[in-house]
Amino acid sequence: MSADLVRLDAAALAEQLAAGHVSAVEATRAHLDRIEAVDGAVHAFLHVAGEQALATARDVDERRRAGETMAPLAGVPVAVKDVLTTTGLPTTCGSRILAGWVPPYDATVVRRLKAAGLPILGKTNMDEFAMGSSTEHSAYGPTRNPWDLERIPGGSGGGSAAAVAAFEAPLAIGTDTGGSIRQPGAVTGTVGVKPTYGGVSRYGLVALASSLDQAGPVTRAVLDAALLHETIGGHDPMDSTSLPDDVPPLVQAARRGAAGDGVRGLRVGVVRELDGEGYAPLVRRRFHEAVELLAGAGAEVVEVSCPSFAYALGAYYLILPSEASSNLAKFDAMRYGLRVVPEGVAEPTAAQVMSATRAAGFGDEVKRRIILGTYALSAGYYDAYYGSAQKVRTLIQRDFAAAFDAADVLLSPTAPTVAFRLGEKLDDPLAMYLNDIATIPANLAGVPGMSLPSGLAEDDLPAGVQLLAPARADERLYHVGAALEAMLVQQWGARILDRLPALEVSA
Amino acid sequence: MSAISRDEVSHLAHLARIDLTDAELDRLAGQLDAIVDAVATVSAVAGEDVPATSHPLPLTNVMRPDVVGQCLPPESVLAGAPEAEQQRFRVPRILEEEQ
Repeated sequence: MSADLVRLDAAALAEQLAAGHVSAVEATRAHLDRIEAVDGAVHAFLHVAGEQALATARDVDERRRAGETMAPLAGVPVAVKDVLTTTGLPTTCGSRILAGWVPPYDATVVRRLKAAGLPILGKTNMDEFAMGSSTEHSAYGPTRNPWDLERIPGGSGGGSAAAVAAFEAPLAIGTDTGGSIRQPGAVTGTVGVKPTYGGVSRYGLVALASSLDQAGPVTRAVLDAALLHETIGGHDPMDSTSLPDDVPPLVQAARRGAAGDGVRGLRVGVVRELDGEGYAPLVRRRFHEAVELLAGAGAEVVEVSCPSFAYALGAYYLILPSEASSNLAKFDAMRYGLRVVPEGVAEPTAAQVMSATRAAGFGDEVKRRIILGTYALSAGYYDAYYGSAQKVRTLIQRDFAAAFDAADVLLSPTAPTVAFRLGEKLDDPLAMYLNDIATIPANLAGVPGMSLPSGLAEDDLPAGVQLLAPARADERLYHVGAALEAMLVQQWGARILDRLPALEVSA
Repeated sequence: MSAISRDEVSHLAHLARIDLTDAELDRLAGQLDAIVDAVATVSAVAGEDVPATSHPLPLTNVMRPDVVGQCLPPESVLAGAPEAEQQRFRVPRILEEEQ
């Protein structure tokens, strides 16, 4: 029973809960048991919150028994990336500098999960302060890809993606600054959505790059992502960059897509610059098969060109470190987190304590990006680097505007390759950065993006297809994503994660 | 583009308040050079006539009514502090000797 419960999609589990066939306590316990069994090998979680999750579940069960009308996902467990603040649970951002820190407030996303009755199973592993594409930059050790434990689960949200892929949680929250929801989705065979910038509140999301960060759903199915997105999305007065709009009808869009409605005549744009050289042959083949499926269902496929995308990676690695170096200045050893007093200094100053603390508390990648950002913002370089990068941002927005004149949604592979081996790119920052080549333009322009599995590619590992829509048109992702997902699953005869190799279970 | 010297990295580290070891300085100087070379392409395409975008979606200032909101109690604000005293954050001295 318990083994079956963890394999249910969130939507199916929600139906079982609503019908009274399963209790929230049973569902939560089943996932906690699964975490106990496999997380020693996967290491998706930094903290597991069994007692609190079960307390939420008991509360949901009681309220449901009392006849209360519950939110659609009430009682469906969720895992939360460790970059969102949670009262009563540590929030470390994968960094030593925040080891053991328990925040005094809940992020808005977390508050909405709690209000909707989702038991929070725990906090998931990530690259330190979300800087990375492999989760190897976590101060607490890497997460492993459930498809092959010697490979990376993507990053920075490798923990959230791996937890969902390994059936440790039906739902997870990720955050995406340059691809940290979508690229892990691609390499673990899961679904991940970066909403339109401002669509989901950033209040309580420990900022990496404020103009790029966006939280979103990590799931095994498009409909589940829509349900979770509707739960966490919408205006928040606590975030001044939050869109004033209501959440679009995403669940409805997903159901319409799954039923095959509205695909005929849809204009699907294939981005010329996000294909070809640098993309692995089977990743490309799976991608083109997905495009063919949509064409077969009556969609009109057009090729679009976005020439400025060639400069997106460069602009991103100037804007991100610049904003990060400023955002991370708050880790000053004074108000929260680690404080290290330098050795051999009599009566050290605050500046010396801060420098010693940050030396001990930050990992290599964080130091590298803070220094790079400090450089890019220096007098004399500002115009050439940060200023130019902001202009490239305008050019990328123009490319998107032209592309969306010709197409309703854009398609590309999500990541250029399947999951690589742990350690393979750790000493080559530039090679690591190239993982996000297809996902970064969406963050720079603020448009929404989704990754869903396109099939198995090199070494029988999953690859992803990325859908992009204009800003504020997130429902298009769910509509087309669900349509494509339904056709792919029908073709495969099973869901991609049904082919996940069995994980060694520790008793 | 210009090479980033080891001394320059050391200066940047000071500005960023991060003590770096000699080994870190050596390694970072080389890596930053490679990264800056790679990202420098942006200055080639960004013409004079292209306006800068600082934010993905156009935003104007957001105001709220000037009323007292909900604040955290002092004990939760101070709960994560390395040192606290008399409802305040206790910090090391902030002035140099000669100041």
